[in-house]
Amino acid sequence: MSEATTPALPEPRADVIHDIGYRHYDGPRLGRSYATRSLFTLSLRGSFGLGRSVKSKILPMALLAVICLPALIIVAVSVYTKLSKYPETASYPHYLSIMQFVIAVFVAAQAPVALSRDLRFMTLPLYFSRPLTSRDYVQAKFGAMASAIFVLTGLPMLIMWIGSMLASMDFGYNLEHFAYGLVAAAFYSLLYAGIGLVISSVTPRRGFGVAAIIAVLLISEAIAGIIYAVLHVHGHASGAGWALVISPSSLVATTVDWLFGLSSRGDGPHVPSDLGGFVFLAEILVIAAASFWLLVRRYRKI
Amino acid sequence: MSVIITDNLTKRFPRVTALDRLTVDVQPGVVGLVGANGAGKSTLIKILLGLAPATEGTARVLGLDVATEGGAIRERVGYMPEHDCLPPDVSATEFVVHMARMSGLPASAARERTADTLRHVGLYEERYRPIGGYSTGMKQRVKLAQALVHDPQLVLLDEPTNGLDPVGRDDMLGLIRRVHAEFGISVLVTSHLLGELERTCDHVVVIDGGRLLRSSSTADFTQVTQLLAVEVTDKQSDPTLDTDKALLEALAAAGLTAKADGGRVLLVEIKGEETYDLVRDAVADLGVGLVRMEQRRHHISEVFSYDQAEEETAHV
Ligand SMILES: Nc1ncnc2c1ncn2[C@@H]1O[C@H](COP(=O)(O)OP(=O)(O)OP(=O)(O)O)[C@@H](O)[C@H]1O
Ligand SMILES: [Mg+2]
Repeated sequence: MSEATTPALPEPRADVIHDIGYRHYDGPRLGRSYATRSLFTLSLRGSFGLGRSVKSKILPMALLAVICLPALIIVAVSVYTKLSKYPETASYPHYLSIMQFVIAVFVAAQAPVALSRDLRFMTLPLYFSRPLTSRDYVQAKFGAMASAIFVLTGLPMLIMWIGSMLASMDFGYNLEHFAYGLVAAAFYSLLYAGIGLVISSVTPRRGFGVAAIIAVLLISEAIAGIIYAVLHVHGHASGAGWALVISPSSLVATTVDWLFGLSSRGDGPHVPSDLGGFVFLAEILVIAAASFWLLVRRYRKI
Repeated sequence: MSVIITDNLTKRFPRVTALDRLTVDVQPGVVGLVGANGAGKSTLIKILLGLAPATEGTARVLGLDVATEGGAIRERVGYMPEHDCLPPDVSATEFVVHMARMSGLPASAARERTADTLRHVGLYEERYRPIGGYSTGMKQRVKLAQALVHDPQLVLLDEPTNGLDPVGRDDMLGLIRRVHAEFGISVLVTSHLLGELERTCDHVVVIDGGRLLRSSSTADFTQVTQLLAVEVTDKQSDPTLDTDKALLEALAAAGLTAKADGGRVLLVEIKGEETYDLVRDAVADLGVGLVRMEQRRHHISEVFSYDQAEEETAHV
């Protein structure tokens, strides 16, 4: 006890004897933007379960298959029957509004995956003790989620467009509508990523996140549909469209129709007026921007 | 060059003052930051990383201002938090590679440095298994590895021995010693146990309630004086007599400096050969039995308890 003056090094144990001494690192340090990009890539891959366990690949890959399969069938039928045009109710942006529940399930399942792990296991201080800032973190996560949704929604658009060429349909018309489809895909990506991530950032519990996102995306759609139908039946056709402001999926579908002068899907919902169109478009952009801002705020105080 | 300099550093939360005009100057080496729960250790580390603003005062880490150059500091510094921070479902290798990339290392360098660093902290075959199955000691090593993987100039280790058994604690302290001695990386390590840090550190800073109690090198502490630990029995003819108090008075009268160490042991400063005789005489005069009289090194923990004792008497 009395001779512990020198800092006592415990005897090195057999298993901690090191053959090679410590080497310093004098290679490149690529800094913040590289770290942000790495986190983006990792999170984007993670959204499809890539680099994760087989189990975590099943759902996102199945959803990707589900959203592409009908497009493949439409293409196959069109090529086989030499159609000159895809049926309008199911082409490009309209295809996405038919399949919107797949997008909703994808976001509900994968947005919590993107954020809840770092919250639940308290990994965030390790990120923020590095050059990466909380804003970089949010950028990477938001960018990755939006890109994942864009892959999910853009892929069937691409399949249809390639199919249109295989079936020798009108090139200009299909290119134009393919572009409309991509705009719709971009709207879904920004809006759904924003809503999904804000909800996920509130709870470290993945299950709660999933349930809350499903509720917001699908139940709002149902409620809007009911209100719309009621107003429509009672002769308030022009005002009925305002019911859609609470439904993210109708918002995207009707705004894209209005923006590009597409006839609405069948006798389906449409924006209440030109003013409504501007309001809907602004709402999509404001919700996306506000979600980003909320996320930055949410992560700043950690 | 100083590794850490703080000047009148103050952090006030709405309800508490976590740091109160703290002024310290930390030189390269292993530096211990000691304080009880809530003393402000973690708060200081967050400010040093540039993650929380100070209310008043300034601080520099590796010559960089924490208020304006946080990014540059975080490139050069490693941080090991006090709490759990590891995802259980990935392996140590995967996790540390990821953290290396978050520090800006290219993918191939990240993999190489991870393999090296995990080996240096003593993780071998197990590094490919999910972290969820690791012991506390292994988890602490992974936490240390992620703080070292980008080869920082300074690491801030917040209670790295927390939750470890005595053997694990000694292993961790040995590892921390090597981080400086072999890797050439300066270390700031916190603990609420002074005893474990005095063996490991070159310098110890003691804070209490956010205020600096003491900042000195361990060499200073140990050089100061030799102490004589004295313990005596109760007086058989008068069991109610506080023999410790009586002996303290007698020793003071004989011109010796002595203090109670909290238990029944009195610590007497050794001024020379004659000190032994003076103590023996004082004990004999009191008519009590001598349980022990032994020479002791002047532990920092004893100095620390002196300070606390003085604090307490000062408040009375
Ligand atoms: N974000 C905060 N808001 C309000 N008070 C805080 C906050 N963080 C810390 N404190 C308070 O500041 C004081 C110092 O806390 P700190 O965590 O720095 O202590 P510590 O020395 O690390 O303690 P421990 O040994 O328990 O880790 C405590 O009283 C704590 O309650
Ligand atoms: Mg603490």
